[in-house]
Amino acid sequence: MKSVRVGAGLGFYGDSWRPVRASIERGGVRYIASDHLSELTLAILQKDRQKDPAAGYARDGLPMLAELWPLAAKHGVKFILNAGGLNPQGAREAIARTFRDKGWKATIATVSGDSVLERLDELRAAGEPLAHMDTGAGLDTVRSRLLFANAYLGAQPIVRALEQGADIVLTGRVADAALSLAPLVHELGWRWDDWDKLALGLTVGHLLECSGQGSGGNFGSAAEWADIPDYAHLGYPIAEVSEDGKALFTKAPGTGGRISFDTLRQQLLYEVHNPHAYFSPDVVLDMGTLQFDDQGGDRVRVTGASGAARPAKLKIVGGYHDGWMGAGIIGFSWPQAYAKCEKAAETIKTLVAERGWPVEETNVEYIGYNSLLGAQADPTYRDQLNECFLRMTIRTQDRKVADAYGRLFPWLGLSGPPYVGSLKGVQSAKELLGIWPALAQRELVEAKVEIAVEKV
Amino acid sequence: MRVPLWRIAHARSGDKADRADIGLFAWDAPTYAVLKREVTPERVAAHFRELCQGPVELWPLDNLLALKIVLNRALQGGAARSLRMEIEAPADLPRLRAS
Repeated sequence: MKSVRVGAGLGFYGDSWRPVRASIERGGVRYIASDHLSELTLAILQKDRQKDPAAGYARDGLPMLAELWPLAAKHGVKFILNAGGLNPQGAREAIARTFRDKGWKATIATVSGDSVLERLDELRAAGEPLAHMDTGAGLDTVRSRLLFANAYLGAQPIVRALEQGADIVLTGRVADAALSLAPLVHELGWRWDDWDKLALGLTVGHLLECSGQGSGGNFGSAAEWADIPDYAHLGYPIAEVSEDGKALFTKAPGTGGRISFDTLRQQLLYEVHNPHAYFSPDVVLDMGTLQFDDQGGDRVRVTGASGAARPAKLKIVGGYHDGWMGAGIIGFSWPQAYAKCEKAAETIKTLVAERGWPVEETNVEYIGYNSLLGAQADPTYRDQLNECFLRMTIRTQDRKVADAYGRLFPWLGLSGPPYVGSLKGVQSAKELLGIWPALAQRELVEAKVEIAVEKV
Repeated sequence: MRVPLWRIAHARSGDKADRADIGLFAWDAPTYAVLKREVTPERVAAHFRELCQGPVELWPLDNLLALKIVLNRALQGGAARSLRMEIEAPADLPRLRAS
């Protein structure tokens, strides 16, 4: 029976591609599916593009390929990556330039057409209100502040690129799991209405899309996290999928991390809402019928996926400017570390009030006490902390105020409560982004999707 | 007998827009039966009352020995507009006690 191995690439913009080498060298993979775009990465890329029209793509795609391509070419491994961001053509040009310089040959495809920022009027004229999916708020409340708006495309355009012989497929926004689902459909010949097989493919994509989090990284547990072998050489997950819709999860031999029922099921439910209706552009998955057979030795069989027909609408996510954040930080030691932080916070608040700055919201948190846990922090040992850092942040519409806020803090070093240290440097204003999820008819979006294939 | 969840289960939390989500996993079937009985949307909502402004949804998954829990309106509108350093408060679920 025909089968194919797909390996995880990156799980976010800035993730490491070093573990991908082991998957190519000794993991038997034919494809690497690499996710470079978090929900709001496109906001970063939009700013890059505003400064330079040739930019706007994830900048880690090129160095990853530059390092891995000779090995990948030797092993016949193809890459599917969404590092095209807002400018897949720009990404292709940059990669093609490097490949020509080095004398490497490859067929590089781009998938574009996911950006709808310039098409909002057209979509609304066609009857899409583009209201906020969760709150129902109207688009006009944020329209002028939108930095990007992109549809999540499915696996179909990637499959068309593979059919045209692409070795490297560069996409913009696509559903993360589509990066893995596409090579499965392409290699195994699955039909686009074979919902159970597509659902298994979606399961595979979802389990691969967060790189090391699918193979023992970030394993939330009381003590077992400490038994995960060799974090330093953690291997990214690999799925071997057969044409009858069954998967075997594993990782390259000799790598760290762990593939087990426990590590995989943690990733399966990660950032999922209703597990009986996990939406993607290509199929809707019911996780309630999946069966995991942990065979030991970092091998787990996954079968039993149930799929329902794909949704009529595609998800769009926009990001909009939502003010500026000013931030300051300062640390105090025992004794009364927490009380010193509190006094410093009170002092900063007085300084801000006296300046009459237009602050909309102030956040006070104590690193070492409640910066991760917030209101859930247990106050039992609060007053016995060895040391504690105060971090304060504000939301303001005035960028200058956000910049000035951080500069209030160093003064406290000599003129505030007795202190030991601060994190070095003054923090400058940071743009805050709101997220705008909406829905649009698939046909309206897909009509503009383009695939371009070029031999280098 | 009362026992904190972290002693008998494992968990991973995540976020999407203004929603925090938690997967809670039993190590074995008998413990899963306890989780399914004891970890109710009402108790989760009470534990996160400071954090979660919307309803708590919960799905038991017998095939995974797991509960999928979603806290709606729990992230001040979403991670990227939040002033907090980290939005990881759902990591605290394991401190909830089951009896």
